[in-house]
Amino acid sequence: MAKYCAVGKRADKDSKEYNICDESRSELLPILEKIQDKRGYISDKDMQQIADRLGIHPVEVYSVVTFYSFLNSEKAGKHTIRVSNCISSVMKGSKRIVREFEKELGINIGETTRDKKITLKEISCIGMCDLAPAVMVDSQLVGRVTTQKVKDIVKELKR
Amino acid sequence: MDKKKRPFSEKTSRAPVSQRPQSFEKTAKGALGATVKVIIDDIELHVPMGTTILEAAKSINVNIPTLCQHDDLCLAGVCRVCIVEVEDQKTLQASCAYPITVPIKVKTYSPKVRRGRRNIIQLLLRNHYGECYSCSKNNNCELQSLAKEYGVKSYTFGHIEEPRYEQDNSSYSVERDMNKCVLCRRCVRTCIDLQEVGVLEAVEKGAETRIATYLDKPLNDVICINCGQCINRCPTGALKAKDPAEEVWAAIDDPAKHVIIQTAPSPRAAIGEEFGLAPGTSVTKQLNTALRRMGFDKVFDTNFTADLTIMEEGTELLLKLRDVLVNKKKIALPQFTSCSPGWVKYIEHFYPDKLGHVSTAKSPQQMFGAIVKTWYAEREGIDPADIVSVSLMPCSAKKFECERPEMDDSGFKDVDFALTTRELAGMIKECGMDLPNLPKSEFDNPLGTGTGAALIFGTTGGVMEAAIRTVYEIVTGEEVPFNKLRVTPVRGTEGIREAALPVKKAKKEWKFLEGVTLKVMVGHGTANAKKIMDMLCRGELSGYHFIEIMACPGGCLGGGGQPIPTSPEIREARAKAIYKEEEGLPYRKSHENPFIKLIYKEFLKEGPCGDLSHKLLHTKYTPRGKWIGKKKVAKRLIAV
Ligand code: SF4
Ligand code: SF4
Ligand code: SF4
Ligand code: FES
Ligand code: FES
Repeated sequence: MAKYCAVGKRADKDSKEYNICDESRSELLPILEKIQDKRGYISDKDMQQIADRLGIHPVEVYSVVTFYSFLNSEKAGKHTIRVSNCISSVMKGSKRIVREFEKELGINIGETTRDKKITLKEISCIGMCDLAPAVMVDSQLVGRVTTQKVKDIVKELKR
Repeated sequence: MDKKKRPFSEKTSRAPVSQRPQSFEKTAKGALGATVKVIIDDIELHVPMGTTILEAAKSINVNIPTLCQHDDLCLAGVCRVCIVEVEDQKTLQASCAYPITVPIKVKTYSPKVRRGRRNIIQLLLRNHYGECYSCSKNNNCELQSLAKEYGVKSYTFGHIEEPRYEQDNSSYSVERDMNKCVLCRRCVRTCIDLQEVGVLEAVEKGAETRIATYLDKPLNDVICINCGQCINRCPTGALKAKDPAEEVWAAIDDPAKHVIIQTAPSPRAAIGEEFGLAPGTSVTKQLNTALRRMGFDKVFDTNFTADLTIMEEGTELLLKLRDVLVNKKKIALPQFTSCSPGWVKYIEHFYPDKLGHVSTAKSPQQMFGAIVKTWYAEREGIDPADIVSVSLMPCSAKKFECERPEMDDSGFKDVDFALTTRELAGMIKECGMDLPNLPKSEFDNPLGTGTGAALIFGTTGGVMEAAIRTVYEIVTGEEVPFNKLRVTPVRGTEGIREAALPVKKAKKEWKFLEGVTLKVMVGHGTANAKKIMDMLCRGELSGYHFIEIMACPGGCLGGGGQPIPTSPEIREARAKAIYKEEEGLPYRKSHENPFIKLIYKEFLKEGPCGDLSHKLLHTKYTPRGKWIGKKKVAKRLIAV
């Protein structure tokens, strides 16, 4: 039961898995980033285990994970399309781009296609006001998106 | 605020630095160079360096409105209601978070401030879905007063028409309606910093921000200990305790039911606040009259079973000491108190492997329930099935406690309903009674006599003091060596306190305690409980015998069901009232209570910790673990 004792010694499997080195809360973001990279999302188990190791509460980890758009608390598709919804993108018609994506993919914003390939999300600032409306496909930025570009992106990802 | 009065040590707080109380070294008044000049609304004053504008203004009775600021909690600076104009600063400044380090000129009600403040309040109201007249906080709501006092006459930015969130009524103790939440994060700071339970946090961002539990689970499915401290600090009606008033009225109105009520000590020292009395005014005897007039058939005193708790818990401790010192058995010491259901759930969640340390004695509320439906029913010739047992408690966790499935040793549900101070005050008001001006009357017997030792259960250190008075006298045959029985080392408001009491001249049957120094510790607020438990885990408590822990800051008198607002000063005033009332009582040691002697003669014939006591007055605990979700530590009950 030592696992539940705040100062008890623990098996070091977790340390390796989560790359924990000094068990302080300032390590939280780097750890979350690593897990996000590795698995594509941060699971319930991860959140609680990390909280336990860093001596914070699971709800605090959850708070951080939900705060950042690039961290997922649920399984996402293989690819993620993020449509900017900042003010200049909206003025340049990002809502239409969203609808276009929804039509092409057959899902609503925030959802993942049934084959678990593509997730569609909205995102705030990605630093592309000058190229609005902007879209981020995985880690690649696409500016001045048109309906034609939407079709191309989806075709490319579906291949 | 006086820094010494803060309930918890700032140095050891585990909260992120940004959430911790900001502290500045303040030099004594008048010391050269240590003060700084500030002009607030043309009034000139000198304040110690680092004083916030808000504190400075308060000291000259200039009122600046606040919302997210709370005397028990660290700064947050999130609501901006406290904005003021500081000369030469481009923007309005949050006065609660502005330490004065250079001479400044402040205006607290200039046109710019008034307009800005009104806008902020109107923006808060924009997203606030609630109707005051059906709200638990009606007439005691900080948001409502702000709107009234600072000139809100219309919804300039509109007003939300539909609720956005479902209410969470899953918990036995705490109900959450996030439609009324203004995101001040007082509950978050309470639960994480003050209580170290960590149930609530702000999740998502921007317009989506909301206060949520882990994975947005219902409160009943997470690790909430039901302490209700978040309720006491919420400025709005977003958090409230589950109110059984209607069920209690139905029982009172049913002539076939015999409805009794037990009242705990701390509500009696606080309920007056709900009727406009100053904190620290006891209205015990007026309350008795009110309860009778409301229609309760008998009005009893929880202090009776608090005395019983001391007998059981004290005996349990002495037996354990004998087993360890004489029979050389391996027994978990120190023994922890078990009266605070918030603390019990805390240890079940966070230190389930240490449950063996917790006394098996039930809390006074539950002992009372078990006695009423057995001894009392038998004596009075009433069918226990017709008895409705109600309790008046300072505590929201008592609601969960009386719902625990194991609390049915009388053959019935031991306590049917637990009312909080606030809820009972509401019921009394509904009857049109002016509590402070009612005639005085006494409790009913046989369950209406309690000693001073039981009365001080209401404050932190009280259970320990009561136990010391009795245990010391049992062992040595002499009174505790303190002036007027005041065991001062365990009194006070420090988060963790200790005392050591050498035993001299032990009686024959307790000879093994001769020369032993009894070491005890007292902690209040679960953040301090955590510190004590961590000491225990590190093996630093091996020399200790008995530890009292109360989940709420200040003990029961600061419970989650007590009148709102709460602050260190209010809690101190309540404690003073309790200590004062105590010294005027005829009996001040639990074992001297004549009705305690009677119950051990008539009913619990084998004495404390005998078989019948064990059946009715002791309980088992559930190791719950802190894992939220499917994975449980164990389903079985640990018999300790
Ligand atoms: S929380 Fe306050 S402002 Fe809101 S409905 Fe209740 S009393 Fe009114
Ligand atoms: S009742 Fe206590 S443990 Fe539960 S959420 Fe409120 S402060 Fe936290
Ligand atoms: S629930 Fe109450 S205390 Fe918590 S953030 Fe909302 S208004 Fe503030
Ligand atoms: S504000 Fe538009 S991308 Fe940053
Ligand atoms: S009271 Fe100052 S920002 Fe809320």
